[in-house]
Amino acid sequence: MAFLVPCPDCGNREAAEFSYGGESNRRPAPGAAAAELARYLFFRRNVAGTQVEWWYHRDGCQRWFLARRDTRSNLIEETYWPEQRAAHRA
Amino acid sequence: MTVLNPLRYFQPWTMWHHQPLRSSYDAVIIGGGVHGLATAYELAKRGMRRVAVLERSYIGSGASGRNTTIIRANYRTPEGVAFYKESLRLYERLSQELDYNLLFSQQGHLTLAHTDRAVNVMVERAAVNRLLGVDSRVIDPREIHELCPELDLSAHPAYPIQAALYHPPGAVIRHDAVVWGYARAAARLGVEIHPATEVTGILADRGRVTGVRTTAGDVSAPVVVAAVAGWSSEVGRMAGVELPILTHVLQAFVTEPLKPFLHVILVSATLHIYVSQTDRGEVLIGAEIEPYTTYSQHSTIGFLEQSAHHTLELLPILAPVKVLRAWAGLCDITPDYSPIMGKTEVDGFFVDCGWGTYGFKAAPVSGVCMAELITTGKTPSLIEPFKLSRFWERRLVSELAAAAVSH
Repeated sequence: MAFLVPCPDCGNREAAEFSYGGESNRRPAPGAAAAELARYLFFRRNVAGTQVEWWYHRDGCQRWFLARRDTRSNLIEETYWPEQRAAHRA
Repeated sequence: MTVLNPLRYFQPWTMWHHQPLRSSYDAVIIGGGVHGLATAYELAKRGMRRVAVLERSYIGSGASGRNTTIIRANYRTPEGVAFYKESLRLYERLSQELDYNLLFSQQGHLTLAHTDRAVNVMVERAAVNRLLGVDSRVIDPREIHELCPELDLSAHPAYPIQAALYHPPGAVIRHDAVVWGYARAAARLGVEIHPATEVTGILADRGRVTGVRTTAGDVSAPVVVAAVAGWSSEVGRMAGVELPILTHVLQAFVTEPLKPFLHVILVSATLHIYVSQTDRGEVLIGAEIEPYTTYSQHSTIGFLEQSAHHTLELLPILAPVKVLRAWAGLCDITPDYSPIMGKTEVDGFFVDCGWGTYGFKAAPVSGVCMAELITTGKTPSLIEPFKLSRFWERRLVSELAAAAVSH
């Protein structure tokens, strides 16, 4: 596979063991305007650079976690659990 | 006595001239791929004289030189079928139009069905295609065998072939030649082609585009078109335009050249591959996009292993054949697998993007429609369903059943 994903539980594993969950974005509040819902559903930043995204260790611990990955090189700089999110928000 | 210098025959020659970048144009097109060049050519044909195509690398270096060259019109939605039907029609006479041999080969396109559901989708696609005048029908294994005797039609593979959607006008073409043909034809009409000129910013004033910032200086232009495929999100951001696009990588490989044996294009959505034989004899195999977004154009061994394995399920005779080379290209995937073409919220800034895995086959009609839109200000009816605002209005054109992997 193309690159390694450091699972916070299991350590470095091939990316093929994981499911990709897409870039992290904030769910709109109930009753949000239609435009805000459309943005949440369809629009993504899709940066050529570092982004925070969801990964699921499908063939391992079967847990969701967050990763900071450089989309140009596929190097994952760090991974952490959702509850550690506040500490990692830049 | 004169000595013949063999190097004389290898002296550099060009089909278009390089000139310094001017400070202003009537239109600037970002991206020297087949879409950008086709748009430039069609603009020049409509009388626009000062058009520049700016390419970060060399022309055709992106998806235009990395696709698997398949052209077809057997889509599923009426909007998609009408659009790609016109593109196919333009491709059929593109060699004459550009006065350049494009090695166009209309050998027919077979989409294989390995499951009941796939057969149902194909029956539906064939009905939509025929209603819109596209030659397309479902055929049984007996007829498939006549078209391609090398296919394994036995019950032995994991997913035996049940039927196929046969699209006789489906074709392959020399993709680089399409790029060069458009570039030469556009240059003859006065279009300037600027390779190695990267756009680093888009200049706008009160919601109107005024030009671009490049590595060779600022250029003013009332019209800027982004035709940059996988890089659309980044270029859109320069103009402050949000796009519903994800950049994925798609891989392909070719085998060593073989005597011509495959006279039809094979596609299998179940096995995630499509196979054709090029004019050089190489068997060309493409796959589906990788599941994660990325801007990295590296090939992976996992892809090679899996695609080779799946190819052998279809064509066991390829078992002793060696792989010659593999490569990857970036795809700008939209939520509904239809393109995004037309105006944006910034006046004068147009996008021609969201081409996912089906951009190459749409190049001629995209050039015509984008040029018509830019010169008349009116969105042609063929691309009206593909406007960017459809995502805000939630009027999506779902082409998933006929676009994903069905090249």
